[in-house]
Amino acid sequence: MPNFEHPEYPEATLLHLESMVPCRESQVSSLLSIFGERQHFSFPSIFIYGHTSSGKTYVMQTLLETLELPHVFVNCVECFTSRLLLEEILTQLQSLSSENKHGSHVPCDTFNDFVRLFKQEIITQDLQNQTVYIVLDKAEQLREMEANMLPGFLRLQEMTDRNVTVIFLSEIVWELFRPNTGCLEPFTLYFPDYSIGNLQKILSHYHPPEYSADFYAAYINILLGVFYTVCRDLKELRHLAALNFTKYCEPVVRGEANERDTRRLWKNIESHLKKAMQTVYLREISSSQWERIQQDDGESGHLKGLSAHAHVELPYYSKFLLIAAYLASYNPARTDKRFFLKHHGKIKKTNFLKKHEKTSNHLLGPKPFPLDRLLAILYSIVDNKVAPTANIFSQITSLVTLQLLTLVGHDDQLDGPKYKCTVSLDFIRAIARTVNFDIIKYLYDFL
Amino acid sequence: MCRMKSSEIPTAALVLGVNVTDHDVTFKSLSEVLQDNVTPYVVSLQAKECPGIKHLLQKLMGQLMDCCVDVDSSEEEECVNISQKKIRCSMASLSKWYESVTKKTGSETPSKKRTSSSRHWQSPPIVVIFKDMESFTTKVLQDFIVISSQHIHEFPLVLIFGIATSPMIIHRLLPHSVSSLLCIELFQSLSCKEHLATVIDKLLLTTQFPFKLSEKVLQVLINIFLYHDFSVQNFIKGFQLSIVEHFYSQPLSVLCCQLLEAKKRVNSLSHNQCENIRSLPSFRRYVENQVSEKQIALLTEDSFLKEVTQTLLEDLHIYHENYFTVLRCLHVFTTSLPKYPLGKQIRELYCACLGKRVWETEEYGSAVQLLRMLAKDELVAILQKCAEIFISSGKQFSNTVEKLEEFLARFQNLEAETNEVQDMSVSSQKELQKKTDLYHLQKTLLELKESKRSKKLTKFEMLRFEVVDFIDSLVRSYLAPAEMQTLNEVVYFNTANTLREHLNAAPRIALHTALNNPYCYLKNQTLKSDVGCISNTAPDICIVYKLHLECGRLINLVDWLEAFSTVVTAVEGTDPDSVATDQVDEIIHARFIRAVSELELLGFIKPSKQKTDHVARLTWGGC
Repeated sequence: MPNFEHPEYPEATLLHLESMVPCRESQVSSLLSIFGERQHFSFPSIFIYGHTSSGKTYVMQTLLETLELPHVFVNCVECFTSRLLLEEILTQLQSLSSENKHGSHVPCDTFNDFVRLFKQEIITQDLQNQTVYIVLDKAEQLREMEANMLPGFLRLQEMTDRNVTVIFLSEIVWELFRPNTGCLEPFTLYFPDYSIGNLQKILSHYHPPEYSADFYAAYINILLGVFYTVCRDLKELRHLAALNFTKYCEPVVRGEANERDTRRLWKNIESHLKKAMQTVYLREISSSQWERIQQDDGESGHLKGLSAHAHVELPYYSKFLLIAAYLASYNPARTDKRFFLKHHGKIKKTNFLKKHEKTSNHLLGPKPFPLDRLLAILYSIVDNKVAPTANIFSQITSLVTLQLLTLVGHDDQLDGPKYKCTVSLDFIRAIARTVNFDIIKYLYDFL
Repeated sequence: MCRMKSSEIPTAALVLGVNVTDHDVTFKSLSEVLQDNVTPYVVSLQAKECPGIKHLLQKLMGQLMDCCVDVDSSEEEECVNISQKKIRCSMASLSKWYESVTKKTGSETPSKKRTSSSRHWQSPPIVVIFKDMESFTTKVLQDFIVISSQHIHEFPLVLIFGIATSPMIIHRLLPHSVSSLLCIELFQSLSCKEHLATVIDKLLLTTQFPFKLSEKVLQVLINIFLYHDFSVQNFIKGFQLSIVEHFYSQPLSVLCCQLLEAKKRVNSLSHNQCENIRSLPSFRRYVENQVSEKQIALLTEDSFLKEVTQTLLEDLHIYHENYFTVLRCLHVFTTSLPKYPLGKQIRELYCACLGKRVWETEEYGSAVQLLRMLAKDELVAILQKCAEIFISSGKQFSNTVEKLEEFLARFQNLEAETNEVQDMSVSSQKELQKKTDLYHLQKTLLELKESKRSKKLTKFEMLRFEVVDFIDSLVRSYLAPAEMQTLNEVVYFNTANTLREHLNAAPRIALHTALNNPYCYLKNQTLKSDVGCISNTAPDICIVYKLHLECGRLINLVDWLEAFSTVVTAVEGTDPDSVATDQVDEIIHARFIRAVSELELLGFIKPSKQKTDHVARLTWGGC
């Protein structure tokens, strides 16, 4: 007895469908009842939302394909202009029933054209008696298109006077979509996140044929134990499961343990998985490099991740410019006198601060500073005389393009530009060390 | 498993260093190599061309359709048709295009296929190079990666990120959801300093090219490189500029060519050119050292001068040939020293030797001191290296090579001798134990003490001194500074100032000089004035500029105008008191307004909203 009941479809199809969508039965059955029979009119628009990889796209695709419903599936990120989106829908519609897979190109500029062409197409394709489904994946992109796109799609059934249902798939809630001018409210359906049990079930579902299901399920159990706290993304977990499975099997392949020896297998894999969490999961090293490491076994010591190459080599004056920028960003301007004047007299930290400056500037983040202050600090921290040559100015610009400095506000060079220094304390300390400059002594926070 | 892996886009993160100007060459040769060996479809994108995903795809497809023409000329017509049609810039049309292109090459006759695309892979990937990763906006990159990851099954795609700073930028630009679509591998290029070393080695430390840089010029170029831009490209440009300057400004540069050619040219020198030679400082120094008859002959007879010039040029050539060999040899020695008193890189050593007599410098003294303390195995290794350098340089050093080999042989023999020395000392110890009466004991102890104090040098130490002295003599005889050589002006470019002005311009200073001291540029005698006082004959803008230097951050326009009019009316010689009405002359007013707006255009001031009738000053440091 299948979970899904529907007079329209044969039982075998429904059973097949059920096996295809584990852990999403309730959503599918409500969708089925909303869809009704083929010729029934359905909701004009359905809005499905849920977190990343909660199976929205997959469920819709399997549902529509298994039941052989006429549908169009469009990704809104890919069709980044309204014109591309509308044309894509029409092209896919053309190839629905006819043999040629690539429909000819239909120029369609406005929504008005789209409605007209859509009606024509329904007639030529002979689809009047069935519900046509248009699925818009990543629908949040619609908000960035013309203002009439979203309300238009919501009312497509009414405007075309055809049996059509538009389904929006999105990761954010409907409230963030609703336009100011009001619109037809869609039927909203929520896909909740997979629970750990669900993940276990789904991941174990795809076990490799050469090993038993129990063996693979035990592996998934260990994997989830390590990764579930940091990652609930099904796609990512599947990727990790695939990457590390050979390592898990190693003792079995070598004949050191049998498939039931869970404890031994766990000992073998656990540290390995923890290392994977720090490297391949963060994309510090690529998956192909990871596999190579597994084959070489243990030679991973010398393979450094992306973040290990943090050192940046800079020309001499660029280093000082960056140091000056850092000082200007994190020291209050009034304290410059104290740091860069030879006879500044005795100024105690306590009596020349305003109250709000007592909090650490490093917690507040970098502050913008004008170009002149940067140059003034530069002149006083470099030992020998620096001429304000064109090269110095172009170095400032190149630091901006390297994203070590950012230009704040307008980019009109004549009008007193302001900059911020975006590098971290560790980075600047490493730079300062190479030029023998004790930056800590010049930082107000560390006084 | 394979399915999962194939959905990741293979990506190369190429860390190239901050010398952005050099990257173009790297990318150009990279895409050439790729086009020759892997795939015809190589696209390079720059951030400024791609403000949005639409522009990015447009650029991408535009370049792809073009390179399709390159693959096979027979396809040209069809491709033109495609590009003439308004391309729909979407990934779908891209994958359609890829399908059609690969199908076409697949269906060709085998013979043709071999000629056109045998070097390429079976299904050539599309390689997209992001030249300046840092400048791309996050949105464009994310969208592109998300879209293309959905089509990765339809056509193989490879991304290359050109990174100037550090690979951390990938994590900063791309969120985890996007970077998880990539399979990133890191590649690091050589540091720019190594490239510079190669360039200097191939261009300067060789006799292949007659043109040479003097110490100051080389120092200017290297300083710009190290202090400002790290750009090898700019270094080469500076070098080219000095070639142009040399041949343009030095009339005797006509002799700066290969030796044989130069000798020929000497014969056809005109009388004026001969006079030019006579006026060279180095040549005059040479003449002064000759006997008086020869002096007269050199200064009066052109034919004799030409003869001498030919031999002098030959001497110069030989000097260079010896110079670089000995320099490299000395470099081998100095790099083994702790703290590198003469520099780690050969360019530093070269600069030191070019400028002055290197053996008179303090650094050289300390280097020799350190050399005298080298351990034996180090010294032997260095000597072997030196011998190799001399052997490869040619025959003129056969004596030196012999000498070095003799040294090496003696070091070998030393080992045997040291054993004997040890025996000697042991026997004296034994003698000491034998002596039992007090007198003899005291005597021998004293003797032992004496011998220790005088510290007789061991044979090894003697030999080490000999080696160091030999090297020192080589340096003294071959590494004389170029300025001492007769006719060095012919091949050495030494006007460092011109080069500095061209390459390291100081616009602020130039502007300040022009406005503060207009005589410097206008050369009008009436403009000559003392520093500090404001000349009334100067152009209006100069007067206004000087007046504004005396103001604070905000400048009152009325006061400024008043001061301006006072200065200007003083010119006309009228008594300021008689005109000191409240009203300023209209013409002076107009001149003032024009001068002020010129200053605004130059970026010295800007209108301020903080106070009415005030302008804000934008520059400091003028006074």
